[in-house]
This record gives sequence, C-alpha cells and structure tokens, in this order.
Amino acid sequence: MNKQDVSAVKMTALNCNVYYNEKQAIKDVTIDIRADEVTAFIGPSGCGKSTFLRCLNRMNDTIAGCRVTGDIKLDGEDIYGKAMDVVQLRARVGMVFQKPNPFPKSIYENIAYGPRIHGLISNKTGLDEVVKNSLQKAGLWEEVKDRLNESGTALSGGQQQRLCIARAIAVNPEVILMDEPCSALDPIATAKIEELIEELRGRYAIVIVTHNMQQAARVSQKTAFFHLGSMVEYGATTDIFTNPRKERTKDYITGRYG
Amino acid sequence: MQIWPVIFALVLLSLVGFAVGQWRATVVLSRNEYLHSRPGHHGWYTALITFLPALVILIAVSFYLPHTIDAATLENLPHNEQPVDALSRQVALNEIQSLSQHSGILPSSPAMAEAAKNYEVRLRQATLWLAISVLGTAIIGLVVSSSQITTQFKARSIVEAIFMGGLSLSSVIAILITVGIVLSLLFESIRFFEKVPLLNFLGTSWSTQMAIRSDQVGSVGSFGALPLIYGTAFISLIAMLVAVPIGLMSAIYLTQYASLKMRRILKPVLEILAGVPTVVYGVFAVITIAPAIRAWGQSMGIDATSDSALAAGLVMGVMIIPFMSSMSDDALTAVPQSMRDGSLALGATPSETIRKVLLPAALPGIAGSFLLAISRAIGETMIVVMAAGQAANLTINPFKSVTTVTVQIVAALTGGDETFDSPRTLVAFALGLLLFIITLLLNIIALRVVKKYREAYD
Repeated sequence: MNKQDVSAVKMTALNCNVYYNEKQAIKDVTIDIRADEVTAFIGPSGCGKSTFLRCLNRMNDTIAGCRVTGDIKLDGEDIYGKAMDVVQLRARVGMVFQKPNPFPKSIYENIAYGPRIHGLISNKTGLDEVVKNSLQKAGLWEEVKDRLNESGTALSGGQQQRLCIARAIAVNPEVILMDEPCSALDPIATAKIEELIEELRGRYAIVIVTHNMQQAARVSQKTAFFHLGSMVEYGATTDIFTNPRKERTKDYITGRYG
Repeated sequence: MQIWPVIFALVLLSLVGFAVGQWRATVVLSRNEYLHSRPGHHGWYTALITFLPALVILIAVSFYLPHTIDAATLENLPHNEQPVDALSRQVALNEIQSLSQHSGILPSSPAMAEAAKNYEVRLRQATLWLAISVLGTAIIGLVVSSSQITTQFKARSIVEAIFMGGLSLSSVIAILITVGIVLSLLFESIRFFEKVPLLNFLGTSWSTQMAIRSDQVGSVGSFGALPLIYGTAFISLIAMLVAVPIGLMSAIYLTQYASLKMRRILKPVLEILAGVPTVVYGVFAVITIAPAIRAWGQSMGIDATSDSALAAGLVMGVMIIPFMSSMSDDALTAVPQSMRDGSLALGATPSETIRKVLLPAALPGIAGSFLLAISRAIGETMIVVMAAGQAANLTINPFKSVTTVTVQIVAALTGGDETFDSPRTLVAFALGLLLFIITLLLNIIALRVVKKYREAYD
C-alpha cells in the first residue's frame, strides 16, 4: 500500500480476540482504520472499546495475563509479529490517555522527551524547533511560549491534555490513539480538543474512544459501535447516527441503554 | 499486702456493672421511648464509673499504705533499737518483713519478734482497709451510675469522652517519656561538661584512661569525640555503599520487572533480612566476614587487623538493604501507573522509562529512604561493638579497626567499676546526646523530604 495515498487503509484488524486470563474481553473484531479519517469507538462502559484501542499500539502488553489473538496490521505489517519491535511500534502509533498524564518535568522537557529517546534530534536548536512545532500543532504554543520551563503538571487540565497530544505529535507518529481524551475535562477544554482533532485530521490517522455520542458525531468520519466485547456495527458516522442497521446500535444511540 | 484479690474483685464488680447497666438500659428501652444512648453505652458507662474511681483509690492507697505501716512499726521499737540511719532502717525493716513471713529465721532480739507480729497485724488491717475503700468506692459508683439510666441520659457522650481521654493520655505518656529521656541525657551531659571542657570533647584524641591520683601526669583523660564521629561516618559510608545500590536495584527489579509471582516470593524473603536480630549479624561479622577480610587483605599485602571498618560496614550494609529496598519500593510504586504508560506509549523502553521518568519522579521518596537508612546505620550498635573494634583511629584504610560513638557508649557504661560521676562514665551521656542530635537532624530532613514528595502527586 502506498503511504502517500490519502485513501489508504492505515491499520487493519482481522478476527481479533483479547483475553484477560480466561475471560474474553474482545470477540472477533475485524476493522479497517483509514489514514485520512478520524475513527470513533463508541459503546457502553466495559464494552471493550478501550481494550481494543490498547491493542493497536500493544499497550496491553503491560497488563499481566492479557493475551491477543488474530491479526492486527500497520501498513500491512503484523504488529504482533516477530519482526515488529514494540518500542518502534509505539513511536509510530502514539497514544493520549483518559486522564492527562504529563511527566513531572518542565513543559519543554515533556515535549523533548520522545524526540530525545528516539534520537530524532541531537542539537538544541533542532529540539527547540520540534518543541515549538509540536506545541503549535497542538494549539498550545501561544499559551505556554513564555513559560516553557514551568512544570507541565502546573497547567490546567485541558492544557495538560493538549500538552500530552503535543508530546505524542513530537515523535512524529502515523497514528494517534485517544482513549476518552475529554472525559476529565470541562466543556470549553473539550471543545478545544475537538477543534484540535479536526485540525490534525489528515496528517495522522486518529482513533478516538469516547463515551460521548455527540462528540463521536462531531469529530469522526467513521464510527464503530462496541457492545459486550463485540463490534456490533462499523460504518460512516453519519450512517451510524442517522440510519443504523442493527437494532442494538439504534437502541444505544437513542439512549435506551448504556 | 494481698492486692490481687482486691483487683480481681474490682474487675468482677466492673463486669457486673456492665451487665447491670446494659440490662437496665434494655428495660428502659423496652418502654418504646427514644433512647439517647444504646444499651451497650450504658453498660460501658456503668462499668467505667464502677472501675475508674476505685482504681484511682487503689493506686493511691497502695502507694501510701506501705510507708505508713513501715513507719508505725519502727516507731514501736524500743528506744535503744531505733535505727540510726537509712541503711540500718532498711536492715531492720527487712528483718521484720522476713520474720512476719515466717521464713524460718530467728529474731535478733525479742523486740524484733514483737515488731514482726505487730507488722503482721497492721498489714492485715491495711489490706482490709484497702479492700473496703476500693470495693466500697466501686459499689457506690455502680449504684450511682446504674440509677442514672434514663432515656435521655447521655451515656454515649460520656463514655466516648472517657475513651478519648484515655487515648490522649497514652500519647501524652509517650511524649513525656521521650522528653524525660532527652532531659536526663541533657543533664548528665551538663555534668560531664562541668568536668571536661567542650574543647576537649571536640578534639581528635580519644583516650579515656585517667590517672588515679590527681598529681599524676594526664589527670584528665582526653575525650576528643572526632575519631568516634569519623568512625561512625566511615562505617556508615561503607554500609551505604553496599545498601544503596543493592536496595535500589532490587526495588527497581521488584516493582518494574518481576512477575507478580516472583514479587510475592522475593519481597517477604527480603523483609526477613529486616527481622534478623542485629546480634546475629554481629556474630556473622565477627566469625565469618572479619577473618575472611583479614585473610584477603593480608594475601594482597595490606596490613589488616582482625577488627575492621570494612567487616562492620559490609555486614551493616546487608542489614540496611531491606530498609532501603522496601522504602524505595514504596516510592516507586507510588509513581502513578499513568506516568509509566505515558512514557511507554511514546515508544520509550522500560529502562528509559525507569531512568528518565520513574526514578526522577520517585527521587524525593528514595532520598527519604536513604536518609532514614543512614540514621539507622549511625545508631546501629551491636554489629560495630562486635566487629569494628575499640581503637579510635582516624584512618581511611578500611582494613584497620575504627571505633564508633555507639561502641564507646557501650564501653563507657560496661568498661569497669567506675562510679557514675566520673567523666569516663558520664561521657556516655554526652556521646548519647551527640548521637541523638545527629539522628534527629537526619530524621527531620528525611521527613521533610518525604512530605514534599507526598505533595507531588495527588
């Protein structure tokens, strides 16, 4: 597949199953994630959408007793295959977490952390440039440019989350996974993150897990509805919200349960 | 004085009080009215009012009575047998008490035999008085408190106030005892410094041998504590060189790399090290480590003594490992999982995550554990007494013997048949005070650091 092709499929999952010890958390999920779109995973709590998201950059490896079967591919490469190095995978598939988790370091160091460990940039001016660029892309530059040496943990919740997005952008990933990035934020900060997602669309393949159906409708082009570990329905966001094919999807988006 | 039956009866009465209070409250409750306190509170109230005033009387009387009995008994002795000083008074009392217990000794005089009989009678009377006053108070308490039970009586508030009083009394006692110890250290140290000038104490020569007669040369020993402080610091340094890397790395392994099963086995094993009595470590140092080090040193052409700073320091380091590791473990575990995830999600390796995110974040906690481990090393006595030696050397050769503050405190108090007012003995208090100040400062710094660290995440 050609990376430059804007309609290219970035990641694919084929018959993916996830088990926590004996308990099956994800059942037979097959999905294509496109490079030029924002894909939203929606569904009630405990439906497995975050678990599946964490499979896409193998963050589930850090959980003892977690086992993944099936194929998940990034640009056609099996990410659970022997040839794939998990460290490189995570540099290509970045992640933003539910609760903002800046390191207890300065704003500058938070951004510079990734490029430094990957040896992307060695000189100071190059690093300054990356920090500025990443913060600009994350829409945080104007707010923090005069206090780059202050601690990242001193920022407001919304700023911290944009700092975490900037931190992910700084290692130049191809995919950004967002695990309910706005659930700990107020409506104004949420709106800013949503604007940011819109701006980043096209440059990165974005997958966002959300509880908030309006958010999924606002930011995504594709939506996958998860229920009890299965992917019930996957399609264009407008179709899912206006004309769902499955009864369970309809029940959920009309608020009958969840 | 037969005090145990009285105490037994008092406890029994209190139990009866509890039962009566609870039962009466239940009766009141069955009238279907709102009751301020539960029957259990009324039970406790009755029991406490029965027990506590009687206990106070018991303690007061049992302190007071023996003195009056002794005094009265001696007063009745004929004039020519009256004791003349404290010693002969005690001798006479001992004889009277032995005679009254019919232990088979013969009275030294008819007057003594008379006094013994006298004593016995008084003792019996006193016991009777004690029983009557204590149990009487208890019964009055029981009757009064059980008659107080009404629906609105605030037994719960009173019982809780009494328990709170008991709790705060316990903490006050702990504080008072600590203050007492510090004050006694301080006063004895002042006595020491009256005899030995402060400059002598801050000198570099430690030789406490004193001349017996004041006209001999060197009538005042030299009490320069610097070699002791140096020895303490030197051994602590060796100990920390052992404990910090091993403790820290094992904490990193246990928190970051070990599987849950491994951690479940290794952590308790490591903590067993903390439970080994220090005297066992001391024996290990003397019997095994010190000779090995001496042989090794000599084989390399180093002049090694059988007591060495190295032997004591190494073994002390092993002793401190569990402190270092379990506190660093706590500090690392306290770093939120989200920090680790954040770093790993950026493509950092586990070791990069540990070095660049987890250790810096846990650093204050690790520093706190480091300082607490040092104060433990400085105060440690048994290992150094057994393995470090007595010679107050200012040496950087770890194969030589050095001595520590704690070793010399032990030596000062066990060394010979000196009286408690000689500087050789009193120096123990000055050294104790010195040690106390050093460890106190270290603990204050450690607690500050740990507190600051607690504020870092919330």
